[in-house]
Amino acid sequence: MSVKHALLSLLEQEPMYGYQLRQEFESRTGGTWPLNVGQVYTTLTRLERDGLVEAAGEDEDGHERWRLTESGHEEVATWFTTPVARTQPPRDELAIKLALAVTVPGVDVGTLIQRQRSASMTALQDYTRLKRQAGASGEASDLAWGLVLDSLVFAAEAEIRWLDHCEARLRRAATQEVPATAAAAAEQVTR
Amino acid sequence: MSAVLRLVDVHRVHGEGEAAVRALRGVSFTAHAGELVAVMGPSGSGKSTLLTISGGLDQPTEGRVEVEGVDVVGLSQQQRARMRRTSIGYVFQGFNLVPALTAVENVALPRELDGVRSGQARRDAMRALEEVGIPELADRFPDDMSGGQQQRVAIARAVVGERRLILADEPTGALDTETGEEILRLLRARCDAGAAGVLVTHEARHAAWADRVVFLRDGVVVDESGSAPVEDLLQASHP
Repeated sequence: MSVKHALLSLLEQEPMYGYQLRQEFESRTGGTWPLNVGQVYTTLTRLERDGLVEAAGEDEDGHERWRLTESGHEEVATWFTTPVARTQPPRDELAIKLALAVTVPGVDVGTLIQRQRSASMTALQDYTRLKRQAGASGEASDLAWGLVLDSLVFAAEAEIRWLDHCEARLRRAATQEVPATAAAAAEQVTR
Repeated sequence: MSAVLRLVDVHRVHGEGEAAVRALRGVSFTAHAGELVAVMGPSGSGKSTLLTISGGLDQPTEGRVEVEGVDVVGLSQQQRARMRRTSIGYVFQGFNLVPALTAVENVALPRELDGVRSGQARRDAMRALEEVGIPELADRFPDDMSGGQQQRVAIARAVVGERRLILADEPTGALDTETGEEILRLLRARCDAGAAGVLVTHEARHAAWADRVVFLRDGVVVDESGSAPVEDLLQASHP
């Protein structure tokens, strides 16, 4: 996750101090990706070095605030107009685990799939519970958090659908002629 | 916590001999008051059979089915029909509303069939329509309503008269994401208010509204996810 761009875009709104940046980030993302305050300060130092932010003086309580420089504004504009790169898929432990499970002999793939499905379903139930509780106050940060929750819901749902799909394919493979290891794996699914 | 629906070692075989299809093979399953249970499985896993048997629309080949403590299998056809009207509410994917009747008449129908006077049946129906948030549509015909509105009417019909067991078969099937979510919110609210709900679906996102998710494969319960009711956890002697 790009902490750098998250902080820069918060400063696009108004000058803020370090702790405030952390709080704003967490309220908009519901604390899904906790940010430690040390990380915020190191990032700010690096951004200042790169000429993207500069000191904006202290507020009345003596907090040191930061604001964007001209190139900082440009960096934010570029970030929002450039799609997130999807060319290099992020390492997906589950996909890798399943690819290995169907090829390494002696793995009970059926149980692996069902355990994962059950765990992913429990996570999905938790997200849904959070959604039900999520306030309908209409505040911008609630909307932001709601959208983050939806993203988690859709991702968990996609994972469960993919697991269903894997199971169906392995069951089908078990009834056809297939290389020995995959057939053995598929056999375990149907048991 | 009381079990509104209890299936004990239920088998259902369609046909005989070589051609016999075993839709359910020893399913035990309970839905408590205040609980929404989702049943997930691919087509052919037996999930619809489980629902029709739970509602007394189909009979198990073997095993026991209890609704509010009454063994449904032992009832006469007439008694079973009465139980369906008074204790059990259905919500189907296709809404199944009577096109010639208005929303409020559709909802009042099961009450009237059960001998409730028509004025009272209409008042009950209006209250149910208020509960699902569409009292202003009472005099509309199904054809003049959107899919989401028709499903709300169907839910009102399923809950009218304080029925305690709600059975829903892919109730969000034909609806868009947000409308589907509204329907689940209503089912959920009804269960939070004390009914027991069973929701059959193949969509994980919808099943996630339930307290428990039961996975069905080839007529067998393979797993459950979600917390057991707290009271059950506290019963140390529970088998």
